[in-house]
Amino acid sequence: MTTTTPTTDPTPTTNPASEAAMTTTITPTTRPSTVTRSGRIRLPQVTRGEWIKFWTVRSTSITLLAGAVATVAFGMIFSLVAESGAEAPGPAAFLSDPVDLALGGIGITEMVVGVLGVIIVAGEYSTGLIRTAFAAVGRRWTVIAGKVAVLAASITGVMTVAVTAAVVAGQAVYGGGEPTVPVTEVLDVIAGTTVYLVGIGLIGVALGFILRSTAGGIGTLVGAVFIGPNLLQLLPDSMTDVFLEYLPSESGAAIMTRVSDPDLLDRGPAYVVFGAWVLGLLGLATVLVHRRDA
Amino acid sequence: MIEVRNLTKAYGETLAVDDLSFTVRPGIVTGFLGPNGSGKSTTMRMILGLDAPTSGTATVGGRPLAEHDRPLTSLGFLLDAGAVHPKRPAHDHLRSLAVTNGLPVSRVDHVLDVVGLGEVGRRRSGGFSLGMGQRLGIAAALLGDPEVVMLDEPVNGLDPEGILWIRHLLQNLAAEGRTVFVSSHLMSEMELMAEHFVIIGRGRLISDISADDLRATAKGESTDVRADRLGDLVGLLRADGVEIVSSDRETITVHGRTATEIGGVARDAGITLHALVPEQRSLEDVFMSLTADAVEYHASAATPVAV
Repeated sequence: MTTTTPTTDPTPTTNPASEAAMTTTITPTTRPSTVTRSGRIRLPQVTRGEWIKFWTVRSTSITLLAGAVATVAFGMIFSLVAESGAEAPGPAAFLSDPVDLALGGIGITEMVVGVLGVIIVAGEYSTGLIRTAFAAVGRRWTVIAGKVAVLAASITGVMTVAVTAAVVAGQAVYGGGEPTVPVTEVLDVIAGTTVYLVGIGLIGVALGFILRSTAGGIGTLVGAVFIGPNLLQLLPDSMTDVFLEYLPSESGAAIMTRVSDPDLLDRGPAYVVFGAWVLGLLGLATVLVHRRDA
Repeated sequence: MIEVRNLTKAYGETLAVDDLSFTVRPGIVTGFLGPNGSGKSTTMRMILGLDAPTSGTATVGGRPLAEHDRPLTSLGFLLDAGAVHPKRPAHDHLRSLAVTNGLPVSRVDHVLDVVGLGEVGRRRSGGFSLGMGQRLGIAAALLGDPEVVMLDEPVNGLDPEGILWIRHLLQNLAAEGRTVFVSSHLMSEMELMAEHFVIIGRGRLISDISADDLRATAKGESTDVRADRLGDLVGLLRADGVEIVSSDRETITVHGRTATEIGGVARDAGITLHALVPEQRSLEDVFMSLTADAVEYHASAATPVAV
């Protein structure tokens, strides 16, 4: 196609109703110069686009930061309750390890990041924005990968700080403020917890792409990942022994604690199992996204 | 250039698009017309590579859009003006799209100015009126300075001023040598805008015709005539294949003779014509009769509606 004569004055007009606006040209001139990069779209560009989308909706960043605050706040509450020796019902009564107590609020945090993962995908299906995203970049997997990278980086950045703060704060109020847990073990727990939160967020992303519905995605996440395993624990051990420890929540629990629990996998295998869940669901999402009409 | 070849899309038993072939050429505005549910949006989604055709191909510049290096620079599109996050500022929405295709942020400011949203670009799009939302969607379509612009029902919700604005905008884009493909279910919206029409119904091609040719078919087959010696004129015109009805005491409607012929007959007989009016059908009428068989849900004009 031919490029029209360059215009030197692409003066934009701000009043669409004016006659000037009606005759505004789109400065075809800029065709060679608008293009700063050539060649195929690459993942970093798509990821930048997703980064902009993630952080320019205020509720997204508020949700993530609220999750971080809750992590610290609930951890301190549990630690204080345990320190006071009160016979409080609830999670605090079952926890004895100071680090577990400090991270007693993680159940809220995982819900927050999981729901966030669902929303950033399913929300685009409900508005139709996902079609714009797919058509604009051509290769759909780059959109999935971009969202994965942005959510993983954002959760890692915010939650490493929050989890560390929760552990430090918990240690400060429990056991007379004397740190009693070896630093290496604390670091293992902080790393494991952050990995778990990232993984749950990405499971949310996968469910968003698989189910394409906010309600369906959140329902499945909460039902299958958070509530389901708790219900299964009510069944006799003989029935659930075989598979319970392989569920995302249980393998996740194993990487988030330094206490060894006969009902849970060891940390190494737990990482493998949890990682397989996350990658498996993302893989399924990618296959479905490419096979289905958008 | 958009080329659609034997494009078919089946949903189960239903054919949403049925062996559709047409070419959208650069340099003019092409209107894509059809009643609601005739397959316009499905066709556009296949051109965008969003829906996979059951058979056939849809290409942009000779290749499927998804194979283009930076699709937004090849084809800018508006599918649905509501496809934005209402809480995201318009400028950020466009910026997120621009960076994926390696476009500089200056393009965002430029297209916002072009569509007249320069002053409100930092506002969240959720607070936009219907017309502003359409403008934002059009800004996104122009972002990549594309060779092909494809808009699905861009006039929906625009006021008359907005319609005038978009008409000039699209005609300018075409004058710059771009391919402009615009869908609508209303001929009245398109007849002043488009130089060529692709008309479909029930997923099938009904007509692929230039605006001039379509107007030629809109010339009616009958002529209303008033004259001083009407009875004599009727006698002179009467012949095989000519049908004459009297509309009222002073007017006759003639089928089967052109206005030129009637004028000639009257002159030769010394009859004074008071009126000689060829029936002119509007493009709207032509479009309605072309697609009459393809409308999915007919409202019955005869049935009174109880309110």
